Amino acid sequence: MAESVNLHVITGEPQAARPYRFRAMERFLFGGAGMLALLGLLLQAPWQISLATLAVALIAFLQLKRSRLLAAIATGAMALVAANSLIDLVDQPEAINAGFWCLVAAAWLLAWGCVDQLSAIKTLSRSYRTVLNVLIPVLFGLWLLILWELLTRGLNVPQVLLPAPSQIGQRFMESRAILWMDFKQTFLRAVLIGYAIGCGAGFIVAILIDRSPFLQRGLLPIGNLVSALPIVGVAPIMVMWFGFDWPSKAAVVIIMTFFPMLVNTVSGLSAAQPMQHDLMKTYAASYWQSLFKLRIPEALPFIFNALKINSTLAMIGAIVAEFFGTPTLGMGFRISTEVGRMNVDMVWAEIAVAALAGSLFYGLVALLERIFTFWHPSVRS
Amino acid sequence: MVSRHVNAAIPVIVVTLAIVVLWYVGAALLNLSWEKSVAERNGTAPSTIEMLRNTMHQERPVLPAPHQVVSEIIDTTIHKKITSKRSLIYHAGITLSSSMLGFLMGTLLGIVLAVIIVYNDALNKSLLPWIIASQTIPILAIAPMIIVVLNAVGIQGLLPKAFISMYLSFFPVAVGMVKGLNSPSSSHLDLMRTYSASSWQTFLKLRLPTSLPFLFTSMKVAVAISVVGAIVAELPTGAVAGLGARLLAGSYYGQTVQIWSALVVASVLAALLVVIVGWLGDFVNRRMGLAHG
Amino acid sequence: MNDASRVIEVNGLSLIFPTSDGDVHALQDIDLTINQGDFVSFIGPSGCGKTTLLRVIADLEQATSGSIEVNGMTPEEARLARAYGYVFQAASLYPWRTIASNVALPLEIMGLKGDEIRSRVEHNLALVDLAGFGRKYPWQLSGGMQQRASIARALAVEPDLLLMDEPFGALDEIVRDHLNEQLLKLWAKTNKTVVFVTHSIPEAVFLSNKIVVMSPRPGRIQEVIESDLPAERDLSIRETQAFLHLANRVRDGLRAGHSYDEVS
Repeated sequence: MAESVNLHVITGEPQAARPYRFRAMERFLFGGAGMLALLGLLLQAPWQISLATLAVALIAFLQLKRSRLLAAIATGAMALVAANSLIDLVDQPEAINAGFWCLVAAAWLLAWGCVDQLSAIKTLSRSYRTVLNVLIPVLFGLWLLILWELLTRGLNVPQVLLPAPSQIGQRFMESRAILWMDFKQTFLRAVLIGYAIGCGAGFIVAILIDRSPFLQRGLLPIGNLVSALPIVGVAPIMVMWFGFDWPSKAAVVIIMTFFPMLVNTVSGLSAAQPMQHDLMKTYAASYWQSLFKLRIPEALPFIFNALKINSTLAMIGAIVAEFFGTPTLGMGFRISTEVGRMNVDMVWAEIAVAALAGSLFYGLVALLERIFTFWHPSVRS
Repeated sequence: MVSRHVNAAIPVIVVTLAIVVLWYVGAALLNLSWEKSVAERNGTAPSTIEMLRNTMHQERPVLPAPHQVVSEIIDTTIHKKITSKRSLIYHAGITLSSSMLGFLMGTLLGIVLAVIIVYNDALNKSLLPWIIASQTIPILAIAPMIIVVLNAVGIQGLLPKAFISMYLSFFPVAVGMVKGLNSPSSSHLDLMRTYSASSWQTFLKLRLPTSLPFLFTSMKVAVAISVVGAIVAELPTGAVAGLGARLLAGSYYGQTVQIWSALVVASVLAALLVVIVGWLGDFVNRRMGLAHG
Repeated sequence: MNDASRVIEVNGLSLIFPTSDGDVHALQDIDLTINQGDFVSFIGPSGCGKTTLLRVIADLEQATSGSIEVNGMTPEEARLARAYGYVFQAASLYPWRTIASNVALPLEIMGLKGDEIRSRVEHNLALVDLAGFGRKYPWQLSGGMQQRASIARALAVEPDLLLMDEPFGALDEIVRDHLNEQLLKLWAKTNKTVVFVTHSIPEAVFLSNKIVVMSPRPGRIQEVIESDLPAERDLSIRETQAFLHLANRVRDGLRAGHSYDEVS
């Protein structure tokens, strides 16, 4: 009976309420920052920064109820000023004392307090919220870099173990030409070409087997299984078959991206509700009309899911495949040879390129997803 | 019930058989040119049938025939002592132990991160975007560096490889758990509030149980990817031990049969682990009365 | 050949669903005639087969035995000739299409030209009081407006027959009353034949000139009640004696099918 047809076709999932916030946190953060700044002052940290930090922390601690935004701006700015002076000091061995580390911790707590205040701001304005949602993780990332810089340089961590971000940045600027060549070889050739062919083939095969339930029932479990397997392992075989240059890497990428696309498209094509199919039937729509007007749009969220998964898989596939042999070019090649020479800063520069390329690639696919599936509940909310 | 299982199995079996047949055809076609060049060098002119028969048992075929891979696997599992360096079980055991260690650490880390994120708004907004961004970085690219660097500080053996697996497997668990812990409907949460339950009680009695199906779904992804992590982590150790090392050694010496058998064993290992985690999930869900959820 | 005024002719129709617990007699020995311009309601409890009967008329379900003709054709021929418009329980508008292009959907499938599509969309949106909402997306409208859009979509085909499966079942009573009134006006204006499935007695009595009371296990027609209410009605008619009397007859009919003790 069609009496109990699902009426939640277009409604989204109910929003779970957030648990009650633990507001003692802010007192702890600003109080702690003030305490550490005072301690730093006593332990011979530079008195100007210590006093300023102490003052801002105290004001933030006492004036908490006034304005979260003001508190966030003041503490965030002070934390950055303190960080800047501390980074200036970090190369003078006589400046690195207990007071110095107290001040590092104070600035860090202040920055944490800033992020904490920003995330507690309740606003209904959409654009304001968007700014906050970008600003908060950016501040968090920035502080990760600042702490990394201060710790590696302040504690004289061997460069082989972990270079400071500034060293990596310097190496990045010096080796732009090499990095660009590697990027071209690995990303623009192996990744992009393999990704396009692999995803395209997965989609086309899904459409081809769409009319054969038998093939679907046969291929779907196998596709699901293969998606979970360590397919990167075919890399040595592909290198033997297609040589050292980028086609072998593209082949690995094709194999890795094919199955997630196939499985997702097949399940996406069956995502439409029975009522939607009935509607098409009442219009006496042909197979292709239902496919293009109903089933492919309904499958788009699934297809984009596969495109997103595949964007990371493609990077992994291309880079790992290069460990099995390349011409003297490519990001994976560079990483494995520079690791061997203990040029760890070059490895990190290469990783930075990979990270940047990977995030931008993913971000681009996610952006396209927002454009094409703007109607889907998960995008709308 | 039984007939339904059989009905589901038939298409899978047929497609699998078709793949095996295609594999044989592919092996014959790809290996034929080698037979031709051998014949030319020897100045003989064997019939096509004879050449095709030879493609099925070359020493270093371009594509080994399925039976060659199977006999190699049997040879290196049943006929070798487990302690032997040539036993695939020995190598699989090494990969299995580091991926299991990494998987367990990753799952724990993922759960802990998820709980922190769900209960702390600031971390939810600042940390979660980076956790997601961290996965767009091809982390496997860093694997060799982590291994070599940890080696330089004296950390060797299982642990560095397990770190790679952990890094790969914490993510699906963390994301799935955040989703799961946030999955109770607002009416369920309101019900807890009417009982004036503490947030710890709400966690134990509502959020944790509702998150379990999400946890096991993510753990299936995590266990599969932890095997990949362990294999890739074995590449830069100089091809000493593990399935990854077998792959690398095979590619150095052109031993295609060895590569394929390592690949098949790795696949079987990953599939078994996924199935075991799946069963575990079904079992726990059924015990919790969530099987239909 | 049937009389031209007979839109639907059902004779001895039965439909059996085989299930693991044995056969379910969804419909048994249905005889029914629906004439041009009728507003017919199928009413009955869950499981009485009212939706199934509607789906058989629409060729979404096939009868096991008996005969059925829609416009003198088999249901399949009628469907292929786009002889009817169907309105579902849920609006089931496509979220990726605007309201206007949702209404245009069946017209695109029929292969009409752009100008024709535009004018029909405009006309039918105006009919359901949605002029000016064409560029909105379904999820930006209320449930009542969505359902009205789906009625416009069914009307856009310009069918003589409108099949409606509990179209207002998911809406609240105030919206429902309003839409009932609008539907009656629409019916009066267009002289279409409407077959309407509902489980609300007031709705059935208010809308129809013929009420088909059905009962479950097996799904069958208990009684066909001809309405003696005037054709021109508004909501105030629900307070009249004639209305209450008719509603009582329907209720008695439902009770005669003694269906309330065993509602699943």
